[in-house]
Amino acid sequence: MRPTSEAELADILRGADAPLVIRGGGTRGFGRVTGEVLETGGLAGVRLYEPGALTLVAGAGTSVAEVEALLAAEGQRLPFEVPDLRGLLGRGGESTLGGVVAANASGPRRVQAGACRDSLIGVRFADGAGMVVKNGGRVMKNVTGLDLSKLMAGSHGTLGVLTELSFKLLPIPEMAVTLRLSGLTDAQAVAAMAAALGSPFEVTGAAHWPGQGTYLRLEGFEPSVRYRVGQLSRHLARFGVLEEVADVWPAVRDVVPFHGRAGDIWRLSLRPSTAADVVARAGAEAVLYDWGGGLVWLLTAPGVDLRARLGAVDGHATLMRTDADLPTFAPEAPGVAALTAGLRAKFDPKGILNSGLMG
Amino acid sequence: MDMPVPDASVLARRDRILAQLAAVLPGDALISDPTETRAYECDALTAYRCPPMAAVLPRTTEEVAAVLRICHQERVPVVPRGSGTSLAGGALPTADCVILGIARMNGVLETDYADRFIHVQTGRTNLSVTGAVEHEGFFYAPDPSSQLACAIAGNIGMNSGGAHCLKYGVTTNNLLGVRIVTMAGDVLTIGGPWSDAPGLDLLGVICGSEGQLGVVTEAWLRILPKPEGARPVLMGFASNEVAGACVSDIIKGGLLPVAIEFMDRPCIEATEAFAKAGYPDCEALLIVEVEGSPAEIDDQLNRIKAIAERHAPVAYRESRSEDESKRIWLGRKSAFGAMGQMGDYICLDGTIPVSELSFVLRRIGELSDHYGLRVANVFHAGDGNMHPLILFNANRVGDLEKAEAMGADILRLCVEVGGCLTGEHGVGVEKRDLMHAQFTRDDMEAQLRVKDVFDPAWLLNPAKVFPLDVTAGRRAG
Repeated sequence: MRPTSEAELADILRGADAPLVIRGGGTRGFGRVTGEVLETGGLAGVRLYEPGALTLVAGAGTSVAEVEALLAAEGQRLPFEVPDLRGLLGRGGESTLGGVVAANASGPRRVQAGACRDSLIGVRFADGAGMVVKNGGRVMKNVTGLDLSKLMAGSHGTLGVLTELSFKLLPIPEMAVTLRLSGLTDAQAVAAMAAALGSPFEVTGAAHWPGQGTYLRLEGFEPSVRYRVGQLSRHLARFGVLEEVADVWPAVRDVVPFHGRAGDIWRLSLRPSTAADVVARAGAEAVLYDWGGGLVWLLTAPGVDLRARLGAVDGHATLMRTDADLPTFAPEAPGVAALTAGLRAKFDPKGILNSGLMG
Repeated sequence: MDMPVPDASVLARRDRILAQLAAVLPGDALISDPTETRAYECDALTAYRCPPMAAVLPRTTEEVAAVLRICHQERVPVVPRGSGTSLAGGALPTADCVILGIARMNGVLETDYADRFIHVQTGRTNLSVTGAVEHEGFFYAPDPSSQLACAIAGNIGMNSGGAHCLKYGVTTNNLLGVRIVTMAGDVLTIGGPWSDAPGLDLLGVICGSEGQLGVVTEAWLRILPKPEGARPVLMGFASNEVAGACVSDIIKGGLLPVAIEFMDRPCIEATEAFAKAGYPDCEALLIVEVEGSPAEIDDQLNRIKAIAERHAPVAYRESRSEDESKRIWLGRKSAFGAMGQMGDYICLDGTIPVSELSFVLRRIGELSDHYGLRVANVFHAGDGNMHPLILFNANRVGDLEKAEAMGADILRLCVEVGGCLTGEHGVGVEKRDLMHAQFTRDDMEAQLRVKDVFDPAWLLNPAKVFPLDVTAGRRAG
């Protein structure tokens, strides 16, 4: 099914009585769900773009590439650096705004500009019974009523089908410089990234690619970037020499080091200072650190229950790719799980939206 | 403004309820003497007052949970309160309620500069969070103008903003985790010093829920390294339209100032008479502040000047010293005090798309003439968060009602042009009855369902945010 309007979508949901798989471009969905596919690609189109107000409103089925090109023509962009996971997950298709929001997909710039959910200022969606809901709007500051936009971001299509989204935008800076420290252990790299992120020099990327180097990014007007490169070099002198290198961020964002490799893929959200220790205990075949260690990608042998192997961590692990029968999302504490189950029952009373994906 | 009729069965059980609360709290943590409960009869929306049945001031999360279990069992409404600085009546009691004040829980539990967070009890004041980390060169970014007094609990309840959120975001963008006690008395930890939830983003919906989903007793807050420096520039313009166009051009120019503040002529005149900051005689002025090293600041201010010159500013003053910066901010920071000296006022905080600025200001001027009440406008222009201050005389019969009616017209106008009723103060009781202007019944129904899940008996701050007719069936149930 591929509705071309919000009203048509609502009709479909009102009448539906069997599980549906909600799909934007099908580029980043993970976990196992079965049912009839409901595509949102027909809900496409930019409804409003005001460069002077840094605001974009577009249909959920709008292609991310189309939006990025439109914004770039005005020297602007989505702040959160949308990851392209097709190579990692072995998918084709065209990523949509709705899919990005449903996954709260956020790239390396999150350390400075926030996640997708932080740039999302409004949503429209239809819940599992076909009730159409608007929340938030097109203005940056809005505390009117409950913030369901945040709740929808990262809900992986389990609470409703997104139809329209509003974003806060940022200007594309005049200059971006990538800097590399070499030869650091994982623990040293995490410490270096913490020192960089704790400095006033506005680092917009902090990643560690074992065997390649530890990468930092500075963005802004050229004189400012030049100044901060010098300051940051002095600030991090104890970790070695900062050399200017080519742009590495698309590779970090899209987890290129894992492309084409067999095995299970885990995505860990961690308290950054614990990341190197967690990785040491994980026994992974490959690792990539982003967000200063707050995000760790691990490639493990198939079927390893990493959560059982690690035990309690300050954070949680999501299983992004596997053939094993393991839960995709980390189990929630019982009291929290009761709340999320209650919300699902309210927003998807028939249990038809990506049923079972999140528990 | 109506509030629900107090529940007679609760009032009839007053002594039994107080005895149960006394059994789980230290002697000084339960306040029930009518002369003392009066201290909790209102927050900063002082037009409405009602002493609560009792106030409790717990010192631990366990005490909070014990209080909530009793109130849940006895079906007593609970109104959470931080420092009582809400401008929207978020902490306004009802006669049958227990005020749960969090102010005594103000400790710092952990600071971690490598992971850039602070873990606090939520009774801690906003400014003292920064106070706990500034010796290491860090700060907590959200800066509501009540930051000396307001509590983190209230900031989370209202998703508070401030003058600097154009760059740093509001509370929800700086909140990593909470410990929250549900109305049933369950203590839950949601989030923590890492990114993202394993499941649904409950933190996102708790922040800004105006004390209706639970009582937040602890929070993990993002702290940021302090910029090397900051400096403002003040510019005057011949009209609101020109000043608005300049704001838009600064944003389009790729600059991201940390603050862009806007004052119109009535506001400039009022603050000049009060604070004598030496502001230029003009129709509209902007204060734009940028951050960085001295050279970075110079570079940004040069770019801003080039943009401003296209709009023929009638005044342009770049700060060259700490002292000059203070003078530039003096008038802006004393705007509310200046208005207070001229009379009583109500302050609204609707947000509009920046592109609608001059139209909305013109309409506000027309409404001012129509109602015969003076209005001064001062606001965060970068993000369209208006702050019209409507002057009235509280001693003149009918004047408050007139000012409120005019305020409602202004807020409806904000919604009509694509904005919202409140950008940072919250709905509370003040904007509760205007929610129909912004939301359909279904839009509200979706929000009410979230409360149904967290607080099925509708006991937490139940008469706030949503129009009473919309919540009647739920509150009765």
